[in-house]
Amino acid sequence: MRRIGSFLSTHAWARLTLLLTAPLAWLVLVYVVALAALLLTALWSVDSFTGEISKSLTFANIKEIATESLYRTVTLRTIGVALMVTVIDVVIALPIAFYMGKVASPRARRLLVVAVLTPLWASYLVKAFAWRSLLSEGGLVDWVLNPFGGGSPGYGLTAVVLTQAYIWLPYVILPIFAGMERVPDSLVEAAGDLGASTSTTLRTVVLPLLLPSVIAGSIFSFSLTLGDYISVNIVGGANQMLGNLVFTNVGAANNLPLAAAIALVPIIIMLGYLAAVRRTGALDNL
Amino acid sequence: MTLSPLTRRVLAVLTGLVLVLMYAPLLVVVVNSFNQDPSMTWPPEGFTTKWWVRAFHSDGARDAVLTSVQVALASTAVALLLGTLMAFALQRFSFFGKNTVNLLVILPIALPGIVTGIALNNAFRGILGVQLSIMTVVVAHATFCIVTVFNNVIARLRRMGGNLEEASADLGAGVWTTFRLVTFPQLRSALLAGGLLAFALSFDEIIVTTFTAGSGTTTLPIWILNNLFRPNQAPVVAVVAVMLIVVSIVPIWIAQRIAGDAETVR
Repeated sequence: MRRIGSFLSTHAWARLTLLLTAPLAWLVLVYVVALAALLLTALWSVDSFTGEISKSLTFANIKEIATESLYRTVTLRTIGVALMVTVIDVVIALPIAFYMGKVASPRARRLLVVAVLTPLWASYLVKAFAWRSLLSEGGLVDWVLNPFGGGSPGYGLTAVVLTQAYIWLPYVILPIFAGMERVPDSLVEAAGDLGASTSTTLRTVVLPLLLPSVIAGSIFSFSLTLGDYISVNIVGGANQMLGNLVFTNVGAANNLPLAAAIALVPIIIMLGYLAAVRRTGALDNL
Repeated sequence: MTLSPLTRRVLAVLTGLVLVLMYAPLLVVVVNSFNQDPSMTWPPEGFTTKWWVRAFHSDGARDAVLTSVQVALASTAVALLLGTLMAFALQRFSFFGKNTVNLLVILPIALPGIVTGIALNNAFRGILGVQLSIMTVVVAHATFCIVTVFNNVIARLRRMGGNLEEASADLGAGVWTTFRLVTFPQLRSALLAGGLLAFALSFDEIIVTTFTAGSGTTTLPIWILNNLFRPNQAPVVAVVAVMLIVVSIVPIWIAQRIAGDAETVR
């Protein structure tokens, strides 16, 4: 043990190899290989008579997704929902995170962090189901809004946006709050001392420093919404998102190659998003 | 920047309002667990504890909790080991392809669960020819849990710097002794926070689990999904949910007490 130790302390490459081998092997063997295989599977096809998978390569699935209007509609709908959820969550999270990070006393801050974290532990499904009962006919939302002439939006895309925004909110608040804590008080004070108004300080000092954290939070809400099919089933009525199409093709329709091809759509969207935000340093804030 | 008392109050009220919105649906779940009417209309019709009694006698729920705890513990253990190793490698060294490796750690959580799910399902069944089981769930969960441990440890390593370790080495301690007496004690709370988050992530995961669990493996989320739409089971699910929320306050509180600052809870 001691000999190994002294060898390691003089050979940096040996230390790096020892550290990197296991996690890198896991990620490559489990994840990269699986993704590559998925890409390959998307080029296979299913024999419509026997239901067997034919392993000769064809672009038929990709072509179908690129040309059929169903996939375009569902893709646009899914991106729309994911964008709405992300915008709602960021707009809500910014003032909360600002209050937690820069206004509240340390004691209140600790309590608030616990208060924001606790709902994370409540089951995702139970939260989705809670919204189902909230939005149901004669549910709490109806009960509160009916006296004012309003009412529940019912099950549909609005309900999906509300439910998803609710479920992923803590995931957006936490990175933004952590980013807010890293904004130095001295810079904020300096801006004030130099005559900047509160809104100027927020716009020109706080927000630019906060941007990577905001993007980090948005990656969570955007990606988590992009692949969701379960809350759509619970509160979405008859609407379908990309996840539903993948799920039906794996299960009921028994067309794994087509499902794999559809799954490429969110992969491409997310890789594009990650590539676009990479320069901002957001990926270090996840 | 000096905030006017009015702005402070507005912010405080906004924060309070959002917390109310965050907790109202959970409160509805609590109320529904005591609601006599299993279809859960509002306002509730009467008080009953029969759902609680039934939940405590439900073998299905108990087995599902046990399965979920096993899966979460195993995948957290793997994630702790791999995430820590990876964090050391990326923080202490610079090498060719470092950015790609960094992206690789993030990818399983940045790509939607359905992608991870179908990719692993395809790899296990189609390529490796492995039967789906509790082991395949653990492998899948561990893969996306690595990033939570990695993030906590690497943030801690950045703040620690290398001075204490260098001092330890200068004073004659070997690699292992330095790790045991100097590095590890400083990492402990980051490991705890990352581990807790990994546990929570695994415990609540449904989408990847659906694709990687065999028919014999029922984790708690799968049990919930199976029972959610059964007329007389929905309130029992509500009971289980309430118990989980109550139990979850303990680890969060511990993490807060040990960490003392908010950074490590991410």
